[in-house]
Amino acid sequence: MHIMEGFLPPAHCIGWAAVSAPFVVHGAVKLRRIMREQPQMRLTLAAAGAFTFVLSALKMPSVTGSCSHPTGTGLGAVLFGPPVMSVLGAIVLLFQALLLAHGGLTTLGANIFSMAIVGPWVSYGLWRLCRSLGLSVAVGVFVGAALGDLATYVTTSVELAMAYPDASSGYVGAFLKFAGIFAITQVPLAIAEGFLTVIVMNALAEKSNVLEDLGLVKARS
Amino acid sequence: MRLVSRPVRYLLLLGVLALVVLPLMFVRGQFGGSDDAASKAIADQQPGFKPWFQPLWKPPSTEIESLLFAVQAAIGAGTIGYVLGRMHGAAKERETYKKKASPSDVDH
Repeated sequence: MHIMEGFLPPAHCIGWAAVSAPFVVHGAVKLRRIMREQPQMRLTLAAAGAFTFVLSALKMPSVTGSCSHPTGTGLGAVLFGPPVMSVLGAIVLLFQALLLAHGGLTTLGANIFSMAIVGPWVSYGLWRLCRSLGLSVAVGVFVGAALGDLATYVTTSVELAMAYPDASSGYVGAFLKFAGIFAITQVPLAIAEGFLTVIVMNALAEKSNVLEDLGLVKARS
Repeated sequence: MRLVSRPVRYLLLLGVLALVVLPLMFVRGQFGGSDDAASKAIADQQPGFKPWFQPLWKPPSTEIESLLFAVQAAIGAGTIGYVLGRMHGAAKERETYKKKASPSDVDH
């Protein structure tokens, strides 16, 4: 999902940065509030940040014969809400842009929008939807994490199609072309991310009252 | 609270492994990065395309690049391991505290 350095026209770079910046600032405010008001959550916050750190470093083979990486933003989005993940995701993307030449500074806004904003919001929305439909925590986490991952790659395809419409088939044709590269590769990896997120969420929740303390499930009396 | 039972957890892990390993076994491909594939698609569409900005610093070789990716993953995995270890320890401590506390409560 990383759009490489210099691959978006300057106007698009500025536009996406302008769209993403308020989300990151809002997230930073929320993050500070959690650190201040729920200091016992710091460890869990660290785990949520670390999860996207690991997963976004792992490029895994897929059915299309190319490699791609999960995003790992679903876990934190469910636990702490999407704004917090805007900050944590932005940090990961900045790290990769500066030290790995993966993604870029000019494309940071667009990459933050897909991985640290759209992905977490889709994860959070679907998690809430699943829970309100009476589905189990595990199902909600799986659906949220898997489809949030996929949504990130669909967003990248939209961003690229907006910058590079196809000469004959226009924006739609360009979107389908980029989605063919990203989204199809991502389907099995998104499912794998959903499974992994359930495993890690279970490990976090099993030995603690994290889910109860964050108000995600009702405390058993 | 527990989200999934132990056997389901193993099935999920097995699922992750299968999703990653099966393509390697049955799909013939170059297994390059999809990010690079997208960059290439843009370059193909616009002959003579050149990115207008270059990364400030690039890992000098693919070896160094994979080293840095591994460092990133190791930092993340290490942190998660540390957090889970702390939680595990705390849970154990609570349990022994409870066991110790309950009989002495009866004595007094």
